[in-house]
Amino acid sequence: MLLIACPHCGNRPETEFRCGGQAHIARPADPAALSDAQWAEHLFVRANPRGVHAERWCHAHGCGRWFNALRDTVSDRFLETYPTGAQPTQTSDARA
Amino acid sequence: MAQPFRLSRGGRIDRTRPVRFTFNGRTVDGFHGDSVASALLANGIHLVGRSFKYHRPRGILSHGSDEPSALLSVDRGPGRVDPNNRASVVEVRDGLATHSQNHWPSLEHDVGAINDLLSPVFVAGFYYKTFMWPKKFWDQVYEPVIRAAAGLGKAPSVPDPDRYANRHAHCDVLVVGAGPAGLAAALAAARTGRRVILADEGPEPGGTLLHDTSAEIDGRPAAQWLEAALVELDSRENVILLSRTTAFGYYNHNHVALAERITDHLPNPGTAPRERLWQVRAGKVVLATGAHERPLVFADNDRPGILLAESVRVFLNRYGVAPGRRIVFATSGVSAYAAALDARAAGLAVTLVDLRSEDECGPELASLRAAGIEVLTGHTVIGAKGAKRVTGLVVAPVDRAGRCGAHHLIPCDCVGMSGGWTPAVHLFSQSRGKLDYNAAIDAFVPGTSVQGERSAGAAKGTYDLAACLTEGDAAGAAAAGSAERRRFTASPTPTGFRPVRAMPTDADPTKVRAFVDFQNDVTAKDIGLAVREGFRSIEHVKRYTTTGMATDQGKTSNMNALGLVAGQLDTTLPSVGTTTFRPPYTPVTFGTLVGPARHALFDPIRTTPIHAWAEARGAAFENVALWRRAWYFPKPGESMHDAVARECKAVREGVGIFDASTLGKIEVVGPDAAEFMNRLYINPWLKLEVGRCRYGLMLKEDGYILDDGVVARVAPDRFHVTTTTGGAARVLAHMEDYLQTEWPDLRVFLTSTTEQWAVIAVQGPKARAVISALVEGIDLSPAAFPHMAMRTGTICGVPTRLFRVSFTGELGFEINVPSDHALAVWEAVHAAGEPFGITPYGTETMHVLRAEKGYIIVGQETDGTVTPDDVGLSGMIAKAKKDFVGKRSLARPDVVAPGRKQLVGLVTDDPALVLDEGAQLVADPDQPIPMRMLGHVTSSYGSANCGRSIALALVADGRARLGGHLHATTPEGFARVTVVDPVFLDPTGERIHA
Repeated sequence: MLLIACPHCGNRPETEFRCGGQAHIARPADPAALSDAQWAEHLFVRANPRGVHAERWCHAHGCGRWFNALRDTVSDRFLETYPTGAQPTQTSDARA
Repeated sequence: MAQPFRLSRGGRIDRTRPVRFTFNGRTVDGFHGDSVASALLANGIHLVGRSFKYHRPRGILSHGSDEPSALLSVDRGPGRVDPNNRASVVEVRDGLATHSQNHWPSLEHDVGAINDLLSPVFVAGFYYKTFMWPKKFWDQVYEPVIRAAAGLGKAPSVPDPDRYANRHAHCDVLVVGAGPAGLAAALAAARTGRRVILADEGPEPGGTLLHDTSAEIDGRPAAQWLEAALVELDSRENVILLSRTTAFGYYNHNHVALAERITDHLPNPGTAPRERLWQVRAGKVVLATGAHERPLVFADNDRPGILLAESVRVFLNRYGVAPGRRIVFATSGVSAYAAALDARAAGLAVTLVDLRSEDECGPELASLRAAGIEVLTGHTVIGAKGAKRVTGLVVAPVDRAGRCGAHHLIPCDCVGMSGGWTPAVHLFSQSRGKLDYNAAIDAFVPGTSVQGERSAGAAKGTYDLAACLTEGDAAGAAAAGSAERRRFTASPTPTGFRPVRAMPTDADPTKVRAFVDFQNDVTAKDIGLAVREGFRSIEHVKRYTTTGMATDQGKTSNMNALGLVAGQLDTTLPSVGTTTFRPPYTPVTFGTLVGPARHALFDPIRTTPIHAWAEARGAAFENVALWRRAWYFPKPGESMHDAVARECKAVREGVGIFDASTLGKIEVVGPDAAEFMNRLYINPWLKLEVGRCRYGLMLKEDGYILDDGVVARVAPDRFHVTTTTGGAARVLAHMEDYLQTEWPDLRVFLTSTTEQWAVIAVQGPKARAVISALVEGIDLSPAAFPHMAMRTGTICGVPTRLFRVSFTGELGFEINVPSDHALAVWEAVHAAGEPFGITPYGTETMHVLRAEKGYIIVGQETDGTVTPDDVGLSGMIAKAKKDFVGKRSLARPDVVAPGRKQLVGLVTDDPALVLDEGAQLVADPDQPIPMRMLGHVTSSYGSANCGRSIALALVADGRARLGGHLHATTPEGFARVTVVDPVFLDPTGERIHA
């Protein structure tokens, strides 16, 4: 079982957390202004990198806070965790 | 029995504490401290089982957890029968009943042994080659026969009566294995003051020191050193020493699972749990798990009485048992010499056969000969004699090229064989560490670490005692962050062996039955065949031949199998590689893994404050998510159908009372609460007056319905939100996600109040009359308190948020009161309603009543692909809102395209026919298959109020089909239905405003 460092609670066991998929996808300010294709891209298209991936995680059975994490999808290692709204110090392998 | 093979002295058994148990019904005597294996051997019992495939007689091979053959069913009393226990690790105790397995009618006379004569048929891949045709034979002949023959031992047939515990623990240093290396590591780590857990699978810590009786450490007997070490560890508060505890799994981030066996060895377990699962999170891990001895591969090497050489020594020295009186040691290395010397010292006749030539052997040869042991160097083993017990060993001189000389029979009643050593790298490999092949010791040893662990001692391929201690000390100190190192002196340990995959022989290789894997009956011939048939990957060879499978996972066999494959492919061991090591290291009971999570603790059951009242009234219950809800309240003699019909009529004609406490409730509070609601729901909220309610519909961003529920505005900055029973947690998580990640600027707080508010629904034309006398501070008149309003006041003196809402289509109130007072209020309302004939009703009636009104249930009429318009609720969308979650998706091409499934009502031609929910709908029942499905029934009930069956359905272009006919599938064929409006009763909604 992994230890995941919640930015608010510190290292806690994996079973307390929920993964929320790819991070840093902001909801468009004006969805109505987007074409169908742009909206579909926003809704459905996600990166699936082999390597470092920025993900949203929620400490669901702890403080309940969402945060972001860089995780290596090959080794299943967490490189860093950081609060929602912040940027990581390392880069992810996801295509922009 | 007199224990004729018990030595007159020696061993760590307690001769003052005799123990009596049974084996196949026969009484066996032993001593406290015996394993079942040692006690059986003390009584001259070698035949203890029949092998898996060929039903060959099998005995005890090993003294430890690597035992592949001596698998017994252990009976500790009613409900406590366990198959496939290794005789070598089960401790004897009074009253224990053990049984051999895999034979009929008896162990001595087994009909299944015919398989051994048919062995030329049962070659590698037998199943894959044989049971191919004819096809119809598979389920009628092959599968039943294979299933009857498959498996080893019998599964228990009654529930496990024992209790199992679970414990989470943290430590700075976890040491696995309490042999010399592990003890030195634990001592070094403990002396730094760090928290140390030392776990050992045996009943007594000490490892090889328990039987290496001639060894000395730092100038004193090893046993004394061991005792001092244990006293010191025991005296330290920072050390937890766990015996009978197997570290069976090494997971991420130094999460190591241990199985502690607590009571199996006790005659009277008392109330203690049987076993405990330890989930240890360790700062650092020291793996001191020792090594396993390799058998020699020669013809009939599986005969009872043929043991591993070191195991012979263990039985002699630790248990005071002679596995035979005339013992031949067959070896390709020097470690067996110590066993031979100890056997000779115990007064037994000993011959040693060494594959190595005279000049390959070290100076230890002389000590053997000086002790009067006959030594044959440069000799191979051609085969064993005897069936149910070895009677002799056929040996022959052999040169380096493998040419054998004249055969020579050495009569014996026991053989100790040694083909070298294999470090137990299982846990290291589970930790994802990479193995390196060390040719000097012909072994895979820990290479590159991935986690915070280090190996020490034999687990790392270090076999010399002083080196093991020094290495263990260094590992323990380093793991604890200490720079201090100790050096140990100890009597030298002769090490070294010549790797041999199969003993050279001049016999016809097609006739030789030389076993590599004893548990799976895999011979050297089988592995050769698999490679010749094209299997190159060791993982494929394993699965094709089954070598290395089952309960022992090839602890004794894997290196020999690998070597044979490498030899056949003419390549090296590292290029063949190993199979993957997976948890568990040794078998773990289901009880240990499950722990206390059984029965009521398996899955929590949620009940409302009114649950006991419903139970006392004889309610039937149904499970809704984790909740247990009253389903209906049958009167004596009533069927479910009768009860639901009566309850439905009562609500429409008089008044009913319903426990709606399971509804999810969320308090949405803050200056931006209305704006937050506005963004999350399709409805408008900014102008909702305080004291008014609105039916809210919530979408996911993809435009599909997520949840619904009535929301009341309690104050300008406060909303009382309700959700579906099953959706409460999901909706709160959805809200939190948007609040935290998309709109962190909004000043809103979300609090789950599901458990705080109980909800008593009073529904029906007489609802107002029932509660009017109980309510204070609220004007209940229709003008002052209209439908979809919320008022605060008191009921029976208890503060209430009183909602005038209805999920029945009748005049109705939902009384929200603090849960602690709910039962009292419920009883008071029920008492006040008795003059009006108030009828308690359950979830089934609730479902029927709402279906009569065409109200949807999220998750029943919706399935994650349904939009508001699909269920006829597009009128609720706030037109003026520029955006809300899901709005943009409502303009997606597939959402606005024609042909979407829409909610409609269905009535059957036969008013008594209640369609199946999920039944498919077609336009023409005579069309060719595959038919075009137009939709399906989502809800279907018999309706007493409508006097007929009713159904709701999602149908392609449903609203355009009103008045038309469709055909629904039923178990008896198609039934014609008419498409109607989904509101079956009171379409203008007059009753609700009464």
